[in-house]
Amino acid sequence: MSASVAWADVEVGTELPALTVRLQRVNLVMYAGASGDFNPIHWNQRFAQAVGLPDVIAHGMLTMASAGRVVTDWVGDPGSVVEYGVRFTRPVVVPDDDRGATLEITASVAEKRDDNLVRIDITAKFDDATVLGKAQAVVRLV
Amino acid sequence: MALNQDFLGKVYPAGPAYEVGREKIREFAIAIGDMNPAYHDVHHARSLGHRDVIAPPTFPFVVSMRASAVAMFDPGLGLDYSRVVHGEQRFAYRRPVTAGDSLVVVTTIENIRVAAGNDILTTRSDISTDDGELVVTTWAVTVARGTAEGSA
Repeated sequence: MSASVAWADVEVGTELPALTVRLQRVNLVMYAGASGDFNPIHWNQRFAQAVGLPDVIAHGMLTMASAGRVVTDWVGDPGSVVEYGVRFTRPVVVPDDDRGATLEITASVAEKRDDNLVRIDITAKFDDATVLGKAQAVVRLV
Repeated sequence: MALNQDFLGKVYPAGPAYEVGREKIREFAIAIGDMNPAYHDVHHARSLGHRDVIAPPTFPFVVSMRASAVAMFDPGLGLDYSRVVHGEQRFAYRRPVTAGDSLVVVTTIENIRVAAGNDILTTRSDISTDDGELVVTTWAVTVARGTAEGSA
């Protein structure tokens, strides 16, 4: 397992390169197929609105996967991730248009631990509001 | 109706193994828009010290989903599936899931509680190779909105 970032080179507060992720309906269909989660709130507007949602929403796990990329892109080897967890606090609404939904992902080093570990705190925003709570990854650096 | 507290600690034994293939990993990685070569290129993955291509960190959810659904749908538990939302997900990795793994999942009902009129269920799924090596543990928190006793 070889991360490309050295533990000695990061400090609490070090910011990771930010990431912008655009999710369109096709991405939700692809995720449904690849994950096996065919809940119609993620692809059927009639159904989503019947259960009180404004429109189709992204799978929470797709948002989690997208947000996690800010860490794995930075560290190089995704196998260096030791822990990753999020709370789903707000749905990401994906309209049926050419723009879809845009996620703005930022992250920074929140804590340095022994054994070359760091805790990264992640912020994921959609429409200027956070959609994940307590989004944290623990990563082993070199 | 509140969830049945008798189910706290109930363990659901492993079902058939999930065979992790290279193309499934690539398909999943493409679906999440992630072109990290560790997921796509065997030579690159091996240069990092992995046996084969590895799966993205959230992929184990796909492996555990069926097993945790058995717990969530357990008729005696009383979860109103029409009102559930995914509240939280967490993973603790011993190593990444790797192509060629044959994985089995044991799911435990770890917590049942009520907050603000919602039933809140935590399941833990331990994902191991079929010869007993623990690979990753994942916790899922499921919230059934407004289903707890005494709520409107």
